[in-house]
Amino acid sequence: MTTENKNTAVSGETVIKIENMNKWYGQFHVLRDINLNVKQGERIVICGPSGSGKSTLIRCINRLEEHQDGLIAVNGTELSGDLKNIEAIRRDVGMCFQHFNLFPHLTVMENCTLAPIWVRKTPRKEAEASAMEYLERVKIPDQAFKYPGQLSGGQQQRVAIARSLCMNPQIMLFDEPTSALDPEMIKEVLDVMVELASTGMTMICVTHEMGFARTVADRVIFMDEGQIIEENEPEEFFNNPKSERTQKFLSQILSH
Amino acid sequence: MSKSIAFIRTEDAPSLPPPSSHVGWRKWLWDNMFSSMANFGSIGAAIRSVLIILLTVTLLYFGLTVIWSLIKFALIDAVWSDPDTLKRGICATVAQGGVAEGNVGACWPFIGAKGKLIIYGRYPEMELWRVNALFVGLAVGILWMVWERAPFRRQVGILMLTVFPLAAFILLTGGNVHYSSGTWTTFIALTVIFLGGGLVGARNLLGEVMFALSGFFIVFGMFVAAALIAMFVTSLDLGLVHVETANWGGLLVTLVVAITGIVASLPLGIVLALGRRSKLPLISYLCIGFIEFWRGVPLITVLFMSSVMLPLFLPEGVEFDKLLRALIGVALFSAAYMAEVVRGGLQAIPKGQYEGAMALGLSYPQMTRLIILPQALKIVIPGIVNTFIGLFKDTTLVLIIGLFDLLGTIQSTFTDAGWATPVMSPTGYLVAATMFWAFCFSMSRYSLHLERKLDTGHKR
Amino acid sequence: MADTSGTGRRSLSTLIYDEKFRGIVYQIVVAVALISIVWWIVGNTLDNLQEQDKKSGFGFLGQTAGFQILSSLGTSLVDYTAGVSTYWDVFIIGIINTLAVAISGIIMATIIGFMMGVMRLSKNAVFNSFATVYIEILRNVPLLLQIFFWYFFVLRALPNKRDKLELGTENFAINITGLYGPEPIPQEGFRWTMYALLAAFFLIWALAKFAKRLQENTGKRLPVFWLSAATLIGLPLIVHMYNGSPLLWEMPEFRDTGPKLRQGFQASGMVIKPEMIALWLALSLYTASFIAENVRSGILAVSHGQTEASSALGLKASSTLQLVVIPQAMRVIIPPLTSQYLNLTKNSSLAVAIAYPDIVSVFAGTALNQVGQEIEMIFMMMLVYLVLSVGTSAIMNWFNNRMRIVER
Ligand SMILES: Nc1ncnc2c1ncn2[C@@H]1O[C@H](COP(=O)(O)OP(=O)(O)O)[C@@H](O)[C@H]1O
Ligand SMILES: [Mg+2]
Repeated sequence: MTTENKNTAVSGETVIKIENMNKWYGQFHVLRDINLNVKQGERIVICGPSGSGKSTLIRCINRLEEHQDGLIAVNGTELSGDLKNIEAIRRDVGMCFQHFNLFPHLTVMENCTLAPIWVRKTPRKEAEASAMEYLERVKIPDQAFKYPGQLSGGQQQRVAIARSLCMNPQIMLFDEPTSALDPEMIKEVLDVMVELASTGMTMICVTHEMGFARTVADRVIFMDEGQIIEENEPEEFFNNPKSERTQKFLSQILSH
Repeated sequence: MSKSIAFIRTEDAPSLPPPSSHVGWRKWLWDNMFSSMANFGSIGAAIRSVLIILLTVTLLYFGLTVIWSLIKFALIDAVWSDPDTLKRGICATVAQGGVAEGNVGACWPFIGAKGKLIIYGRYPEMELWRVNALFVGLAVGILWMVWERAPFRRQVGILMLTVFPLAAFILLTGGNVHYSSGTWTTFIALTVIFLGGGLVGARNLLGEVMFALSGFFIVFGMFVAAALIAMFVTSLDLGLVHVETANWGGLLVTLVVAITGIVASLPLGIVLALGRRSKLPLISYLCIGFIEFWRGVPLITVLFMSSVMLPLFLPEGVEFDKLLRALIGVALFSAAYMAEVVRGGLQAIPKGQYEGAMALGLSYPQMTRLIILPQALKIVIPGIVNTFIGLFKDTTLVLIIGLFDLLGTIQSTFTDAGWATPVMSPTGYLVAATMFWAFCFSMSRYSLHLERKLDTGHKR
Repeated sequence: MADTSGTGRRSLSTLIYDEKFRGIVYQIVVAVALISIVWWIVGNTLDNLQEQDKKSGFGFLGQTAGFQILSSLGTSLVDYTAGVSTYWDVFIIGIINTLAVAISGIIMATIIGFMMGVMRLSKNAVFNSFATVYIEILRNVPLLLQIFFWYFFVLRALPNKRDKLELGTENFAINITGLYGPEPIPQEGFRWTMYALLAAFFLIWALAKFAKRLQENTGKRLPVFWLSAATLIGLPLIVHMYNGSPLLWEMPEFRDTGPKLRQGFQASGMVIKPEMIALWLALSLYTASFIAENVRSGILAVSHGQTEASSALGLKASSTLQLVVIPQAMRVIIPPLTSQYLNLTKNSSLAVAIAYPDIVSVFAGTALNQVGQEIEMIFMMMLVYLVLSVGTSAIMNWFNNRMRIVER
């Protein structure tokens, strides 16, 4: 632990376990021999060139994509064709997408209460109260009764985060949450994510926001061509990358 | 003092009206008529201009002639009233044995005399209030749904799709249908088994297998229960006289066929569209086969099939009314078209919506019902209206299998010797064409309006 | 990690949550339901047929048909004679007549539809409003009504049986019994002309390939259109002349003397019956109003930016139209155009309303009344339409896939 903002909430328990996982799209081998353990409360940033399989990897964790070989277990439950397990895991794993994927025909409030009401069977009153709490945490309680189309990109992404949090997930997945945003909106989303990290949430973020990675991440993972190339603490990762591919990638994204 | 390139405006340039050749009707005429035909710069351009002038004049002449003869026939030369009830005499020229002088145009008294027939068919005089009540209900319901600022639009829409058809059935036929005790027992048993089993199973009281199947049981059970309720309501004796469908006719039959077709085809079309996109090969191929079969054959062959072959398919002794047989054919036929319209909507929903719903842990039925269908159906409303327009026009085909729709009824009035004159059938066809045109044109405008709104309106 | 490798247990309760297993169960349920419904229907049908003591099978196709069929392309190609020809001949006549009215309708509808679509976008107010009124009226009035209009109304206004209206020359004339013209009768050796025509098509195809290669390699541009036209007309013409023009024209014969009953057109020359004309006009004018809308939206879909870009590249206005607008618009227009063609073909079944002898009217109508085997005959009729539409869709899909590859 070198910097003061390092995570102290990491406990010894492994919540995500990926062993020798492989995935193909038809003939194309997208993910090759992935091994990854994530402990409770850990914050992981995944980076790598476009098309390297980052999204595919985190989408396998809540089975938006199916893997063909190897093992993925979340909270001790293995992901297979078992629908009950899939449902259980999706309840505990929240996800935010690059393009928010809010439901445009529902208000912000309805977006947030939909899953608690229908999946967790929470009474509507309770669901709305808790949704309001999360909307306050992402700092947009006043937008609760607007439709997503009436909000800016940054606001939409914050709603998306609140929507996931309403399910009380143990783990949050982020797939490039800021890359569809205008520069002035990136900060408001990152602020929310930093705040979330400070509560001890287990997070896996695909992002190229290196500042965020440096301050928040416990581990940075670099992927290329479907493989995990390098994995290290942020300080070491950025200052002293070992693999040639990592060096090249970092020099490209940090050069301007 | 040396010249500087700096420039500062001290006074605003005045805002002037445009040159007179650029305003008013002269500009309009120039832009919209003569600019295309006034280029004589080269030989090619000159030939083109001359051709355009010739074509313009021809079209203008042709168009105006048609419009003028229409006005002349329908208004100027028309016979408007028949005070002495001369019937054919009032619309026949002296040479034809009548009293009219000169050219005779449309024979409006003939339409007046046949008006009731054209709208209601041979529906009993005493019971016409039932049809009128229906027409009023329909008009109110439709206006309500079309008026964008009306409250409870969605609820009214649901009523129009559920309660209204039932009420219409009871009003038009008189209800009091007798179902065999076997039918009653079957439906009650199915309701109890599926709805009861599903509800109890959902509380995990019947073992894990039933718990897993409870969702399916409840959905299916609700369908059976709905059918049971419909059976119960239609079996009530409300004291209404039974009116045979053979007595229905005219606009009534046209509306019944078109509206039943669209209302019945909507749920079927949604199921088929979802099935077509299913990952299970058997289900998707079956749906594709069904859809492509009905879309591949003309409606008239479907009507032939339902009027001739359907009785062969059913057990002996089951008798089906002719109109009902046609309705079944029309519903299956339009379900295939509806399925394609709905599929278009489903395809327009971005993949992210499915992913967002799945990531939140919604199950497939929940995702479909709460996220996908509401958005998809909204996009396809214009498509549904267009399908309805097509169906509305196609209902005329039922006259080929001997049902009397609007067109069929009007044609049947031509056999009335009491009104037989050369202007009788043109008048009748003109009325039919105008009525169909008015319905279809206004609906197509509405669908266009919806399309524009979906295009430009921010997503709400 | 106690339960992570729980694949050993496979009790029913875990199986029922298995995605694949569920899929299989759903499909089996559907299959069983479907098979039992079909079983029930087939059973009922067999019972009913037995009850009514009906024959079944396709034996009737060999029997002779005793009724007259309105003279049409089908009857002249098949050489139909009542009491001699079979029901199979009737079936073929029906198909030929359906195709005849469909194909001629498609050609006419395309021409008028494209004209109206372009006129709809014209800046000339007369063109524009003419096309608008045309489109809005024709597409909002039922086709059946339009067929009646042409058949019972317009064509009834023609000169009667013993009179005629000459169209330019005395060899083309029209009256209430039809449109009369010379009939071509091929003689010995005419097939060579046909072969030459085929060869010409092949040559054009080769020429197009060659011209493209030439353009790519040397930049030279051949006048492909004119060369093709010359080949297509010239080659068959030369062969035809060389063989001594082996094609006779039989002129229509009109009598206005002699016994009153024998006056009018005689059975020589070619006749197009009013049923065909009315159906053809109604189908093509109705469909044209839909094609016009497709054409219009196709042209509008080519964005303004595209035309500006190509003008900026220095292309002439005519080249812009030819190289940029039309190819892109056609890509948008062709899929709905195909479905309009299919609609027209299916709508030709309305022939039955005015007794034009198409497949529905002559086979599922007249012949069905005589034979009475509904199942077989309606099945055959539907099969004809299914083959037509599935065939067209297949071609369409192939075409779309090609277009999409080009797009990448
Ligand atoms: N549904 C799919 N079918 C086939 N290939 C896909 C699919 N989704 C992604 N891919 C391919 O898999 C690779 C990894 O994609 P992705 O995980 O989205 O990369 P990243 O998120 O790192 O940019 C890419 O080459 C992409 O083209
Ligand atoms: Mg990605």
